[in-house]
Amino acid sequence: MKQANTLPSREVAAETAAGTAIVGTAEDDVVAVPLRHPWRWVVAAALALGFVALLSSLWSNPNIDHSTIKNYAFHPRILSGIGLTLALTAISMLVSTVLGVLLAVMRLSRNPVMNAFAWLYVWVFRGTPLLIQVVFWGYLGLLYSQISLGLPFTDFTFFSIDTNALVPAFTAGLLAMTLNQAAYSAEIIRGGMLSVDTGQHEAAYSLGMSPAFALFRVVLPQAMRVIIPPMGNETISMLKNTSLLSVIAVLELYTVATQISSQNLRQVELLVVVSCWYLFLTTVLSVPQYYLERHYGRGNARQQTPTPVGRMLSTLRKGGKHHAESKGLQP
Amino acid sequence: MTDALATHEHAVGAAASPLLVASNVRKHYGSVEVLKGISLTVNPGEVMCLLGPSGSGKSTFLRCINHLERIDGGRISVGGDLIGYTQRQDRIFEMNPRQVARQRRGIGMVFQRFNLFPHMTALENISVAPVGVKKVPKQQASKRGMDLLERVGLAHLAKAYPAQLSGGQQQRVAIARALAMDPQLLLFDEPTSALDPELVGDVLDVMRTLASDGMTMIVVTHEIGFARSAADNVVFMDGGVVVESGAPTSVLDNPQNPRTIAFLNSVM
Repeated sequence: MKQANTLPSREVAAETAAGTAIVGTAEDDVVAVPLRHPWRWVVAAALALGFVALLSSLWSNPNIDHSTIKNYAFHPRILSGIGLTLALTAISMLVSTVLGVLLAVMRLSRNPVMNAFAWLYVWVFRGTPLLIQVVFWGYLGLLYSQISLGLPFTDFTFFSIDTNALVPAFTAGLLAMTLNQAAYSAEIIRGGMLSVDTGQHEAAYSLGMSPAFALFRVVLPQAMRVIIPPMGNETISMLKNTSLLSVIAVLELYTVATQISSQNLRQVELLVVVSCWYLFLTTVLSVPQYYLERHYGRGNARQQTPTPVGRMLSTLRKGGKHHAESKGLQP
Repeated sequence: MTDALATHEHAVGAAASPLLVASNVRKHYGSVEVLKGISLTVNPGEVMCLLGPSGSGKSTFLRCINHLERIDGGRISVGGDLIGYTQRQDRIFEMNPRQVARQRRGIGMVFQRFNLFPHMTALENISVAPVGVKKVPKQQASKRGMDLLERVGLAHLAKAYPAQLSGGQQQRVAIARALAMDPQLLLFDEPTSALDPELVGDVLDVMRTLASDGMTMIVVTHEIGFARSAADNVVFMDGGVVVESGAPTSVLDNPQNPRTIAFLNSVM
Protein backbone atom coordinates (compact mmCIF):
# COMPACT_ATOMS: atom_id res chain seq x y z
CA MET A 1 0.00 0.00 0.00
CA LYS A 2 2.98 2.30 0.44
CA GLN A 3 3.33 2.50 -3.33
CA ALA A 4 -0.23 3.77 -3.60
CA ASN A 5 0.89 7.15 -2.31
CA THR A 6 2.67 7.83 -5.57
CA LEU A 7 -0.22 6.81 -7.79
CA PRO A 8 -2.66 9.35 -9.30
CA SER A 9 -5.68 9.89 -7.10
CA ARG A 10 -8.21 7.88 -9.10
CA GLU A 11 -6.18 4.71 -9.08
CA VAL A 12 -5.55 5.15 -5.37
CA ALA A 13 -9.28 5.11 -4.88
CA ALA A 14 -9.63 1.94 -6.99
CA GLU A 15 -6.68 0.27 -5.26
CA THR A 16 -8.02 0.98 -1.82
CA ALA A 17 -11.47 -0.20 -2.81
CA ALA A 18 -10.04 -3.48 -4.07
CA GLY A 19 -7.60 -3.64 -1.19
CA THR A 20 -10.16 -3.21 1.53
CA ALA A 21 -12.26 -5.96 0.03
CA ILE A 22 -9.36 -8.41 0.37
CA VAL A 23 -7.09 -7.40 3.24
CA GLY A 24 -9.30 -5.08 5.31
CA THR A 25 -8.51 -1.52 6.35
CA ALA A 26 -5.11 -0.57 7.64
CA GLU A 27 -4.58 2.60 9.65
CA ASP A 28 -2.37 4.25 7.05
CA ASP A 29 -4.58 3.57 4.01
CA VAL A 30 -4.83 6.69 1.86
CA VAL A 31 -8.43 7.93 2.06
CA ALA A 32 -8.15 11.24 0.26
CA VAL A 33 -10.77 13.43 -1.40
CA PRO A 34 -10.19 12.94 -5.16
CA LEU A 35 -8.90 15.92 -7.11
CA ARG A 36 -11.69 17.80 -8.92
CA HIS A 37 -11.49 18.35 -12.68
CA PRO A 38 -13.93 21.20 -13.47
CA TRP A 39 -12.43 21.96 -16.92
CA ARG A 40 -13.25 18.52 -18.20
CA TRP A 41 -16.92 19.31 -17.68
CA VAL A 42 -16.66 22.71 -19.33
CA VAL A 43 -14.93 21.33 -22.43
CA ALA A 44 -17.33 18.40 -22.67
CA ALA A 45 -20.33 20.73 -22.48
CA ALA A 46 -18.94 23.04 -25.17
CA LEU A 47 -18.21 20.14 -27.52
CA ALA A 48 -21.62 18.57 -26.95
CA LEU A 49 -23.32 21.87 -27.67
CA GLY A 50 -21.40 22.32 -30.93
CA PHE A 51 -22.14 18.75 -31.97
CA VAL A 52 -25.88 19.10 -31.33
CA ALA A 53 -25.94 22.39 -33.24
CA LEU A 54 -24.21 20.79 -36.22
CA LEU A 55 -26.56 17.81 -36.26
CA SER A 56 -29.67 19.92 -35.99
CA SER A 57 -28.52 22.23 -38.78
CA LEU A 58 -27.91 19.20 -40.98
CA TRP A 59 -31.20 17.67 -40.04
CA SER A 60 -33.26 20.80 -40.56
CA ASN A 61 -31.49 21.70 -43.83
CA PRO A 62 -34.27 21.93 -46.46
CA ASN A 63 -31.85 20.69 -49.13
CA ILE A 64 -31.65 17.26 -47.53
CA ASP A 65 -34.53 14.94 -48.23
CA HIS A 66 -34.76 12.59 -45.29
CA SER A 67 -37.16 10.22 -47.00
CA THR A 68 -34.53 9.54 -49.70
CA ILE A 69 -32.01 8.54 -47.07
CA LYS A 70 -34.59 6.28 -45.48
CA ASN A 71 -35.67 4.77 -48.79
CA TYR A 72 -32.18 3.98 -49.96
CA ALA A 73 -30.56 2.94 -46.67
CA PHE A 74 -31.52 -0.71 -47.26
CA HIS A 75 -32.30 -0.53 -50.97
CA PRO A 76 -31.57 -3.85 -52.75
CA ARG A 77 -29.08 -2.16 -55.09
CA ILE A 78 -27.20 -0.64 -52.14
CA LEU A 79 -27.19 -4.01 -50.41
CA SER A 80 -25.82 -5.77 -53.48
CA GLY A 81 -23.14 -3.06 -53.68
CA ILE A 82 -22.22 -3.81 -50.07
CA GLY A 83 -22.01 -7.49 -50.93
CA LEU A 84 -19.56 -6.78 -53.72
CA THR A 85 -17.53 -4.39 -51.55
CA LEU A 86 -17.21 -7.05 -48.86
CA ALA A 87 -16.33 -9.75 -51.39
CA LEU A 88 -13.66 -7.54 -52.97
CA THR A 89 -12.21 -6.70 -49.56
CA ALA A 90 -12.19 -10.29 -48.35
CA ILE A 91 -10.70 -11.85 -51.49
CA SER A 92 -8.12 -9.11 -51.98
CA MET A 93 -6.99 -9.24 -48.38
CA LEU A 94 -6.70 -13.03 -48.37
CA VAL A 95 -4.82 -13.35 -51.65
CA SER A 96 -2.63 -10.32 -50.98
CA THR A 97 -1.65 -11.70 -47.58
CA VAL A 98 -0.48 -14.93 -49.17
CA LEU A 99 1.42 -12.95 -51.80
CA GLY A 100 2.75 -10.70 -49.05
CA VAL A 101 4.18 -13.62 -47.08
CA LEU A 102 5.77 -14.92 -50.27
CA LEU A 103 7.28 -11.53 -51.10
CA ALA A 104 8.49 -11.02 -47.52
CA VAL A 105 10.22 -14.40 -47.50
CA MET A 106 11.77 -13.65 -50.89
CA ARG A 107 12.92 -10.26 -49.66
CA LEU A 108 14.56 -11.85 -46.61
CA SER A 109 16.08 -14.80 -48.48
CA ARG A 110 19.74 -14.97 -49.35
CA ASN A 111 18.85 -15.72 -52.96
CA PRO A 112 19.81 -12.49 -54.76
CA VAL A 113 17.38 -13.08 -57.64
CA MET A 114 14.35 -13.51 -55.39
CA ASN A 115 15.50 -10.64 -53.24
CA ALA A 116 15.78 -8.30 -56.21
CA PHE A 117 12.43 -9.40 -57.61
CA ALA A 118 10.63 -8.73 -54.33
CA TRP A 119 12.31 -5.36 -54.03
CA LEU A 120 11.30 -4.45 -57.56
CA TYR A 121 7.71 -5.54 -56.97
CA VAL A 122 7.33 -3.44 -53.85
CA TRP A 123 9.06 -0.52 -55.55
CA VAL A 124 6.62 -0.49 -58.47
CA PHE A 125 3.35 -1.25 -56.70
CA ARG A 126 3.97 0.94 -53.68
CA GLY A 127 5.46 3.74 -55.74
CA THR A 128 2.55 4.38 -58.09
CA PRO A 129 -0.90 5.68 -57.07
CA LEU A 130 -3.54 3.05 -56.45
CA LEU A 131 -6.03 4.99 -58.59
CA ILE A 132 -3.69 4.79 -61.57
CA GLN A 133 -3.16 1.05 -61.01
CA VAL A 134 -6.93 0.57 -60.93
CA VAL A 135 -7.39 2.41 -64.22
CA PHE A 136 -4.47 0.50 -65.72
CA TRP A 137 -6.00 -2.89 -64.99
CA GLY A 138 -9.35 -1.59 -66.18
CA TYR A 139 -7.78 -0.59 -69.50
CA LEU A 140 -5.77 -3.78 -69.88
CA GLY A 141 -7.85 -4.56 -72.98
CA LEU A 142 -6.40 -1.48 -74.71
CA LEU A 143 -2.87 -2.73 -74.15
CA TYR A 144 -3.44 -6.38 -75.04
CA SER A 145 -6.68 -6.98 -76.90
CA GLN A 146 -6.00 -10.72 -76.90
CA ILE A 147 -4.34 -12.75 -74.19
CA SER A 148 -2.81 -15.95 -75.47
CA LEU A 149 -0.61 -18.68 -74.17
CA GLY A 150 2.05 -19.97 -76.50
CA LEU A 151 5.75 -20.31 -77.03
CA PRO A 152 7.51 -16.97 -76.78
CA PHE A 153 8.87 -15.47 -80.01
CA THR A 154 7.08 -18.05 -82.19
CA ASP A 155 3.63 -18.08 -83.83
CA PHE A 156 2.61 -21.21 -81.96
CA THR A 157 -0.27 -20.66 -79.48
CA PHE A 158 -2.12 -23.09 -77.21
CA PHE A 159 -5.15 -20.83 -76.80
CA SER A 160 -6.10 -17.23 -77.21
CA ILE A 161 -8.87 -15.28 -75.49
CA ASP A 162 -10.36 -11.83 -75.68
CA THR A 163 -8.94 -9.72 -72.83
CA ASN A 164 -12.22 -8.10 -71.91
CA ALA A 165 -13.83 -11.53 -71.61
CA LEU A 166 -11.01 -12.86 -69.41
CA VAL A 167 -10.68 -9.74 -67.33
CA PRO A 168 -14.13 -8.23 -66.68
CA ALA A 169 -14.36 -5.13 -64.50
CA PHE A 170 -14.68 -7.14 -61.29
CA THR A 171 -11.56 -9.19 -62.01
CA ALA A 172 -9.63 -6.09 -63.02
CA GLY A 173 -10.66 -4.42 -59.78
CA LEU A 174 -9.72 -7.46 -57.76
CA LEU A 175 -6.35 -7.66 -59.50
CA ALA A 176 -5.63 -3.98 -58.87
CA MET A 177 -6.51 -4.10 -55.17
CA THR A 178 -4.72 -7.41 -54.55
CA LEU A 179 -1.47 -6.62 -56.32
CA ASN A 180 -1.23 -3.20 -54.71
CA GLN A 181 -2.04 -4.52 -51.25
CA ALA A 182 0.50 -7.34 -51.57
CA ALA A 183 3.29 -4.74 -51.73
CA TYR A 184 2.18 -3.09 -48.48
CA SER A 185 1.46 -6.39 -46.74
CA ALA A 186 4.88 -7.71 -47.73
CA GLU A 187 6.57 -4.84 -45.94
CA ILE A 188 4.41 -5.28 -42.84
CA ILE A 189 5.06 -9.03 -42.76
CA ARG A 190 8.76 -8.53 -43.32
CA GLY A 191 8.88 -6.11 -40.41
CA GLY A 192 7.05 -8.64 -38.26
CA MET A 193 9.48 -11.41 -39.17
CA LEU A 194 12.46 -9.20 -38.42
CA SER A 195 11.00 -8.47 -34.99
CA VAL A 196 11.39 -12.13 -33.98
CA ASP A 197 14.54 -12.67 -31.91
CA THR A 198 17.40 -14.44 -33.72
CA GLY A 199 17.60 -16.83 -30.75
CA GLN A 200 14.27 -18.24 -31.92
CA HIS A 201 15.74 -19.11 -35.33
CA GLU A 202 18.76 -20.69 -33.66
CA ALA A 203 16.62 -22.74 -31.28
CA ALA A 204 14.49 -23.95 -34.19
CA TYR A 205 17.52 -24.85 -36.29
CA SER A 206 19.29 -26.55 -33.39
CA LEU A 207 16.28 -28.88 -33.13
CA GLY A 208 16.79 -29.93 -36.73
CA MET A 209 13.89 -27.95 -38.17
CA SER A 210 14.06 -27.10 -41.87
CA PRO A 211 13.92 -23.40 -42.77
CA ALA A 212 10.33 -23.78 -44.01
CA PHE A 213 9.16 -25.59 -40.88
CA ALA A 214 10.86 -23.03 -38.65
CA LEU A 215 9.19 -20.26 -40.64
CA PHE A 216 5.66 -21.59 -40.30
CA ARG A 217 5.81 -23.01 -36.77
CA VAL A 218 8.18 -20.67 -34.98
CA VAL A 219 8.78 -17.38 -36.78
CA LEU A 220 5.45 -16.45 -38.40
CA PRO A 221 3.26 -17.22 -35.35
CA GLN A 222 5.42 -14.87 -33.31
CA ALA A 223 5.56 -12.30 -36.08
CA MET A 224 1.74 -12.32 -36.15
CA ARG A 225 1.62 -10.37 -32.90
CA VAL A 226 3.39 -7.51 -34.66
CA ILE A 227 1.68 -8.06 -38.02
CA ILE A 228 -1.99 -8.16 -36.98
CA PRO A 229 -2.52 -4.56 -35.79
CA PRO A 230 -1.25 -2.89 -38.98
CA MET A 231 -2.98 -5.56 -41.10
CA GLY A 232 -6.24 -4.61 -39.39
CA ASN A 233 -5.61 -1.05 -40.49
CA GLU A 234 -4.88 -2.26 -44.00
CA THR A 235 -8.16 -4.19 -44.11
CA ILE A 236 -10.07 -1.08 -43.10
CA SER A 237 -8.22 0.96 -45.73
CA MET A 238 -8.94 -1.73 -48.30
CA LEU A 239 -12.67 -1.66 -47.53
CA LYS A 240 -12.75 2.08 -48.10
CA ASN A 241 -10.40 2.05 -51.08
CA THR A 242 -12.65 -0.33 -53.00
CA SER A 243 -14.68 2.83 -53.70
CA LEU A 244 -11.88 3.76 -56.14
CA LEU A 245 -13.12 0.92 -58.35
CA SER A 246 -16.05 3.17 -59.31
CA VAL A 247 -13.75 4.59 -61.99
CA ILE A 248 -13.78 1.25 -63.82
CA ALA A 249 -17.47 0.63 -63.12
CA VAL A 250 -17.20 -2.24 -60.67
CA LEU A 251 -20.64 -2.29 -59.08
CA GLU A 252 -19.51 -1.90 -55.48
CA LEU A 253 -21.20 0.29 -52.84
CA TYR A 254 -20.01 3.70 -53.99
CA THR A 255 -20.52 2.99 -57.71
CA VAL A 256 -24.06 1.89 -57.04
CA ALA A 257 -24.72 5.02 -55.00
CA THR A 258 -23.40 7.31 -57.74
CA GLN A 259 -25.50 5.49 -60.30
CA ILE A 260 -28.61 5.99 -58.19
CA SER A 261 -27.86 9.64 -57.50
CA SER A 262 -27.21 10.33 -61.16
CA GLN A 263 -30.81 9.27 -61.76
CA ASN A 264 -32.56 10.95 -58.81
CA LEU A 265 -30.06 13.81 -58.37
CA ARG A 266 -29.91 13.25 -54.61
CA GLN A 267 -26.13 13.16 -54.32
CA VAL A 268 -25.79 14.27 -50.70
CA GLU A 269 -28.48 11.90 -49.43
CA LEU A 270 -26.78 8.93 -51.04
CA LEU A 271 -23.40 10.04 -49.76
CA VAL A 272 -24.92 10.01 -46.28
CA VAL A 273 -26.22 6.49 -46.84
CA VAL A 274 -22.86 5.29 -48.18
CA SER A 275 -20.84 6.96 -45.42
CA CYS A 276 -22.99 5.42 -42.71
CA TRP A 277 -22.50 2.01 -44.27
CA TYR A 278 -18.72 2.40 -44.55
CA LEU A 279 -18.58 3.57 -40.95
CA PHE A 280 -20.68 0.63 -39.81
CA LEU A 281 -18.61 -1.91 -41.77
CA THR A 282 -15.25 -0.60 -40.55
CA THR A 283 -16.57 -0.68 -36.99
CA VAL A 284 -17.65 -4.28 -37.37
CA LEU A 285 -14.23 -5.18 -38.84
CA SER A 286 -12.39 -4.03 -35.73
CA VAL A 287 -14.02 -6.81 -33.67
CA PRO A 288 -12.24 -9.77 -35.34
CA GLN A 289 -9.04 -7.73 -35.20
CA TYR A 290 -9.32 -7.54 -31.41
CA TYR A 291 -9.76 -11.29 -31.09
CA LEU A 292 -6.94 -12.07 -33.52
CA GLU A 293 -4.58 -9.82 -31.57
CA ARG A 294 -5.61 -11.61 -28.41
CA HIS A 295 -5.05 -15.03 -29.94
CA TYR A 296 -1.55 -14.26 -31.19
CA GLY A 297 -0.68 -12.43 -27.99
CA ARG A 298 -1.04 -15.65 -26.01
CA GLY A 299 2.00 -16.66 -24.07
CA ASN A 300 3.23 -13.10 -24.24
CA ALA A 301 1.43 -11.73 -21.22
CA ARG A 302 1.68 -13.61 -17.96
CA GLN A 303 -2.06 -13.38 -17.53
CA GLN A 304 -4.50 -12.97 -20.40
CA THR A 305 -6.81 -10.06 -19.67
CA PRO A 306 -10.49 -10.95 -20.07
CA THR A 307 -12.30 -9.95 -23.27
CA PRO A 308 -14.79 -7.06 -23.02
CA VAL A 309 -17.62 -9.57 -23.30
CA GLY A 310 -16.07 -11.81 -20.66
CA ARG A 311 -15.49 -8.83 -18.41
CA MET A 312 -19.09 -7.72 -18.79
CA LEU A 313 -20.38 -11.19 -17.98
CA SER A 314 -18.22 -11.58 -14.89
CA THR A 315 -19.17 -8.06 -13.75
CA LEU A 316 -22.82 -9.03 -13.99
CA ARG A 317 -22.17 -12.26 -12.14
CA LYS A 318 -20.12 -10.80 -9.32
CA GLY A 319 -22.12 -7.60 -9.03
CA GLY A 320 -19.41 -5.23 -10.24
CA LYS A 321 -16.62 -6.30 -7.90
CA HIS A 322 -14.55 -8.21 -10.44
CA HIS A 323 -13.53 -5.21 -12.49
CA ALA A 324 -11.62 -3.51 -9.70
CA GLU A 325 -9.93 -6.77 -8.69
CA SER A 326 -8.80 -7.78 -12.16
CA LYS A 327 -7.33 -4.31 -12.60
CA GLY A 328 -5.11 -4.93 -9.63
CA LEU A 329 -3.94 -8.28 -11.02
CA GLN A 330 -2.63 -7.02 -14.33
CA PRO A 331 1.15 -6.95 -14.54
CA MET B 1 12.15 -47.33 -30.15
CA THR B 2 14.05 -44.09 -30.66
CA ASP B 3 15.45 -44.53 -27.17
CA ALA B 4 16.78 -47.93 -28.03
CA LEU B 5 18.40 -46.50 -31.13
CA ALA B 6 20.17 -43.82 -29.10
CA THR B 7 21.57 -46.32 -26.60
CA HIS B 8 22.63 -48.52 -29.45
CA GLU B 9 24.60 -45.65 -30.94
CA HIS B 10 26.16 -45.00 -27.54
CA ALA B 11 27.22 -48.59 -27.16
CA VAL B 12 28.75 -48.74 -30.62
CA GLY B 13 30.56 -45.42 -30.15
CA ALA B 14 31.97 -46.40 -26.76
CA ALA B 15 33.58 -49.44 -28.23
CA ALA B 16 34.99 -47.59 -31.21
CA SER B 17 36.02 -44.00 -31.93
CA PRO B 18 35.48 -40.60 -30.33
CA LEU B 19 32.05 -38.98 -30.89
CA LEU B 20 33.37 -35.51 -31.63
CA VAL B 21 36.61 -34.76 -33.39
CA ALA B 22 37.63 -31.16 -33.98
CA SER B 23 40.91 -30.61 -35.73
CA ASN B 24 42.54 -27.23 -36.25
CA VAL B 25 39.20 -25.36 -36.33
CA ARG B 26 39.56 -21.76 -37.42
CA LYS B 27 36.95 -19.02 -37.63
CA HIS B 28 37.14 -15.29 -38.20
CA TYR B 29 34.68 -12.42 -38.25
CA GLY B 30 36.07 -10.00 -40.79
CA SER B 31 39.68 -9.47 -39.83
CA VAL B 32 39.23 -10.70 -36.25
CA GLU B 33 40.27 -14.31 -35.82
CA VAL B 34 38.16 -15.76 -32.97
CA LEU B 35 39.24 -19.41 -33.29
CA LYS B 36 42.89 -19.96 -34.11
CA GLY B 37 43.05 -23.71 -34.57
CA ILE B 38 41.07 -25.64 -31.98
CA SER B 39 41.71 -29.38 -31.79
CA LEU B 40 39.96 -31.63 -29.33
CA THR B 41 38.05 -34.90 -29.07
CA VAL B 42 35.11 -35.99 -26.97
CA ASN B 43 34.40 -39.64 -26.35
CA PRO B 44 30.89 -41.07 -26.06
CA GLY B 45 29.49 -40.61 -22.56
CA GLU B 46 32.09 -38.00 -21.72
CA VAL B 47 31.37 -34.57 -20.23
CA MET B 48 33.66 -31.78 -21.34
CA CYS B 49 33.61 -28.32 -19.78
CA LEU B 50 34.91 -25.37 -21.76
CA LEU B 51 36.17 -22.59 -19.51
CA GLY B 52 37.71 -19.26 -20.33
CA PRO B 53 37.23 -15.51 -20.16
CA SER B 54 34.52 -13.94 -22.31
CA GLY B 55 35.72 -13.40 -25.85
CA SER B 56 37.93 -16.45 -25.69
CA GLY B 57 35.91 -18.11 -28.47
CA LYS B 58 34.35 -20.94 -26.45
CA SER B 59 30.75 -20.09 -27.36
CA THR B 60 31.69 -19.59 -30.99
CA PHE B 61 33.35 -22.99 -31.03
CA LEU B 62 30.24 -24.57 -29.51
CA ARG B 63 28.06 -22.96 -32.17
CA CYS B 64 30.36 -24.28 -34.89
CA ILE B 65 29.71 -27.83 -33.71
CA ASN B 66 26.08 -27.70 -34.89
CA HIS B 67 26.87 -25.40 -37.80
CA LEU B 68 25.10 -22.32 -36.43
CA GLU B 69 28.41 -20.71 -37.39
CA ARG B 70 30.37 -21.92 -40.38
CA ILE B 71 34.07 -22.54 -39.91
CA ASP B 72 36.76 -21.11 -42.14
CA GLY B 73 39.36 -23.80 -41.62
CA GLY B 74 39.89 -27.23 -40.13
CA ARG B 75 37.30 -29.97 -39.73
CA ILE B 76 34.60 -30.87 -37.21
CA SER B 77 33.00 -34.27 -37.30
CA VAL B 78 30.37 -35.82 -35.05
CA GLY B 79 29.86 -39.55 -35.09
CA GLY B 80 32.23 -39.79 -38.03
CA ASP B 81 30.25 -37.35 -40.19
CA LEU B 82 31.74 -34.05 -41.28
CA ILE B 83 29.60 -31.15 -39.99
CA GLY B 84 28.06 -28.94 -42.68
CA TYR B 85 29.92 -30.57 -45.56
CA THR B 86 30.00 -33.83 -47.43
CA GLN B 87 33.26 -35.33 -48.51
CA ARG B 88 33.63 -37.15 -51.81
CA GLN B 89 37.13 -38.34 -52.58
CA ASP B 90 39.37 -35.40 -51.73
CA ARG B 91 36.81 -32.63 -52.31
CA ILE B 92 34.23 -31.29 -49.86
CA PHE B 93 30.84 -29.93 -50.87
CA GLU B 94 28.55 -27.55 -48.98
CA MET B 95 25.44 -29.26 -47.63
CA ASN B 96 21.98 -27.92 -48.51
CA PRO B 97 19.80 -26.61 -45.66
CA ARG B 98 17.83 -29.85 -45.43
CA GLN B 99 20.98 -31.96 -45.01
CA VAL B 100 22.23 -29.56 -42.35
CA ALA B 101 18.87 -29.79 -40.56
CA ARG B 102 19.06 -33.59 -40.64
CA GLN B 103 22.52 -33.47 -39.12
CA ARG B 104 21.44 -31.12 -36.35
CA ARG B 105 18.76 -33.54 -35.14
CA GLY B 106 21.45 -35.59 -33.45
CA ILE B 107 23.04 -32.60 -31.72
CA GLY B 108 20.96 -30.89 -29.03
CA MET B 109 21.68 -27.37 -27.85
CA VAL B 110 20.77 -25.45 -24.70
CA PHE B 111 21.13 -21.68 -24.89
CA GLN B 112 22.13 -19.05 -22.39
CA ARG B 113 18.86 -17.19 -22.94
CA PHE B 114 16.74 -20.40 -23.05
CA ASN B 115 15.12 -19.43 -26.40
CA LEU B 116 11.92 -21.31 -25.64
CA PHE B 117 9.16 -20.67 -28.17
CA PRO B 118 7.00 -18.13 -26.34
CA HIS B 119 3.78 -18.95 -28.20
CA MET B 120 3.83 -22.61 -27.15
CA THR B 121 3.28 -24.23 -23.78
CA ALA B 122 6.12 -26.06 -22.06
CA LEU B 123 4.87 -29.39 -23.42
CA GLU B 124 4.38 -28.04 -26.95
CA ASN B 125 7.90 -26.64 -26.86
CA ILE B 126 9.16 -30.15 -26.20
CA SER B 127 6.98 -32.06 -28.65
CA VAL B 128 6.98 -29.68 -31.63
CA ALA B 129 10.28 -30.89 -33.10
CA PRO B 130 9.73 -34.66 -32.62
CA VAL B 131 6.28 -34.35 -34.22
CA GLY B 132 7.23 -31.93 -36.99
CA VAL B 133 10.73 -33.08 -37.79
CA LYS B 134 10.90 -36.74 -36.81
CA LYS B 135 7.23 -37.45 -37.59
CA VAL B 136 6.65 -39.10 -34.20
CA PRO B 137 2.88 -39.56 -33.65
CA LYS B 138 1.52 -36.64 -31.65
CA GLN B 139 0.23 -38.69 -28.75
CA GLN B 140 3.49 -40.57 -28.37
CA ALA B 141 5.46 -37.30 -28.48
CA SER B 142 3.25 -35.77 -25.80
CA LYS B 143 3.68 -38.79 -23.59
CA ARG B 144 7.44 -38.67 -24.06
CA GLY B 145 7.31 -34.91 -23.39
CA MET B 146 5.53 -35.52 -20.08
CA ASP B 147 8.16 -38.10 -19.13
CA LEU B 148 10.91 -35.60 -19.89
CA LEU B 149 9.15 -32.85 -17.93
CA GLU B 150 8.88 -35.33 -15.06
CA ARG B 151 12.59 -35.93 -15.34
CA VAL B 152 13.41 -32.23 -14.97
CA GLY B 153 10.82 -31.90 -12.20
CA LEU B 154 8.29 -29.77 -14.04
CA ALA B 155 5.45 -32.12 -14.97
CA HIS B 156 2.99 -29.88 -13.14
CA LEU B 157 3.83 -26.96 -15.43
CA ALA B 158 3.27 -28.73 -18.76
CA LYS B 159 0.53 -26.29 -19.80
CA ALA B 160 2.36 -23.13 -18.71
CA TYR B 161 3.71 -20.68 -21.26
CA PRO B 162 7.41 -19.71 -20.97
CA ALA B 163 6.53 -16.19 -19.75
CA GLN B 164 4.82 -17.80 -16.76
CA LEU B 165 7.94 -19.76 -15.75
CA SER B 166 10.99 -18.63 -13.82
CA GLY B 167 14.36 -18.58 -15.57
CA GLY B 168 15.43 -21.84 -13.95
CA GLN B 169 12.20 -23.55 -14.97
CA GLN B 170 12.53 -22.25 -18.53
CA GLN B 171 16.06 -23.60 -18.77
CA ARG B 172 14.96 -27.02 -17.51
CA VAL B 173 12.18 -27.06 -20.13
CA ALA B 174 14.82 -26.12 -22.72
CA ILE B 175 16.93 -29.10 -21.63
CA ALA B 176 13.90 -31.38 -21.91
CA ARG B 177 13.21 -29.93 -25.37
CA ALA B 178 16.74 -30.77 -26.51
CA LEU B 179 16.49 -34.28 -25.03
CA ALA B 180 13.22 -34.94 -26.87
CA MET B 181 15.15 -35.31 -30.14
CA ASP B 182 17.28 -38.09 -28.60
CA PRO B 183 20.54 -36.36 -29.44
CA GLN B 184 23.84 -38.24 -29.27
CA LEU B 185 25.56 -35.03 -28.19
CA LEU B 186 24.26 -32.17 -26.06
CA LEU B 187 25.77 -28.68 -26.20
CA PHE B 188 25.27 -26.20 -23.36
CA ASP B 189 26.08 -22.55 -24.02
CA GLU B 190 26.48 -20.93 -20.59
CA PRO B 191 23.22 -22.51 -19.40
CA THR B 192 23.20 -20.82 -16.00
CA SER B 193 24.65 -17.39 -16.83
CA ALA B 194 21.25 -15.70 -17.24
CA LEU B 195 19.80 -17.17 -14.05
CA ASP B 196 19.31 -15.71 -10.60
CA PRO B 197 21.88 -17.30 -8.27
CA GLU B 198 19.31 -19.26 -6.27
CA LEU B 199 17.97 -20.90 -9.46
CA VAL B 200 21.33 -22.11 -10.76
CA GLY B 201 21.37 -25.19 -8.54
CA ASP B 202 18.19 -26.75 -10.01
CA VAL B 203 19.57 -26.54 -13.55
CA LEU B 204 22.98 -27.88 -12.56
CA ASP B 205 21.30 -30.79 -10.75
CA VAL B 206 19.48 -31.75 -13.95
CA MET B 207 22.75 -31.54 -15.88
CA ARG B 208 24.56 -33.68 -13.31
CA THR B 209 21.87 -36.33 -13.61
CA LEU B 210 22.22 -36.31 -17.37
CA ALA B 211 25.99 -36.65 -17.07
CA SER B 212 25.71 -39.62 -14.74
CA ASP B 213 23.17 -41.20 -17.12
CA GLY B 214 25.89 -41.29 -19.74
CA MET B 215 24.88 -38.35 -21.97
CA THR B 216 27.76 -36.92 -23.97
CA MET B 217 27.90 -33.24 -23.13
CA ILE B 218 29.99 -30.19 -23.99
CA VAL B 219 29.35 -27.40 -21.52
CA VAL B 220 30.52 -23.82 -21.82
CA THR B 221 30.27 -22.53 -18.29
CA HIS B 222 31.65 -20.31 -15.56
CA GLU B 223 30.52 -22.76 -12.86
CA ILE B 224 33.86 -24.10 -11.66
CA GLY B 225 32.08 -26.22 -9.05
CA PHE B 226 30.08 -27.98 -11.73
CA ALA B 227 33.18 -28.54 -13.85
CA ARG B 228 34.98 -30.05 -10.90
CA SER B 229 32.17 -32.42 -9.92
CA ALA B 230 30.70 -33.43 -13.28
CA ALA B 231 33.32 -33.01 -15.98
CA ASP B 232 35.58 -35.79 -17.24
CA ASN B 233 37.65 -33.24 -19.08
CA VAL B 234 38.18 -29.53 -18.68
CA VAL B 235 39.42 -27.35 -21.51
CA PHE B 236 40.61 -23.84 -20.79
CA MET B 237 40.44 -21.48 -23.79
CA ASP B 238 41.81 -17.98 -24.18
CA GLY B 239 42.27 -15.80 -27.25
CA GLY B 240 40.90 -18.44 -29.61
CA VAL B 241 43.28 -21.22 -28.61
CA VAL B 242 43.18 -24.11 -26.14
CA VAL B 243 45.57 -23.07 -23.39
CA GLU B 244 45.28 -26.05 -21.13
CA SER B 245 43.22 -29.20 -20.94
CA GLY B 246 42.94 -32.35 -18.94
CA ALA B 247 41.12 -33.88 -15.99
CA PRO B 248 39.40 -31.35 -13.69
CA THR B 249 41.74 -32.23 -10.82
CA SER B 250 44.80 -31.26 -12.82
CA VAL B 251 43.48 -28.19 -14.68
CA LEU B 252 41.44 -26.72 -11.84
CA ASP B 253 43.52 -27.65 -8.83
CA ASN B 254 46.97 -27.67 -10.30
CA PRO B 255 46.96 -25.33 -13.32
CA GLN B 256 50.27 -24.90 -15.11
CA ASN B 257 49.66 -22.05 -17.54
CA PRO B 258 49.80 -18.52 -16.08
CA ARG B 259 46.64 -17.48 -17.96
CA THR B 260 44.69 -20.39 -16.49
CA ILE B 261 45.97 -19.51 -13.04
CA ALA B 262 44.97 -15.85 -13.46
CA PHE B 263 41.48 -16.79 -14.70
CA LEU B 264 40.83 -19.31 -11.95
CA ASN B 265 41.98 -16.80 -9.34
CA SER B 266 39.55 -14.23 -10.68
CA VAL B 267 36.49 -16.50 -10.71
CA MET B 268 37.08 -18.48 -7.52
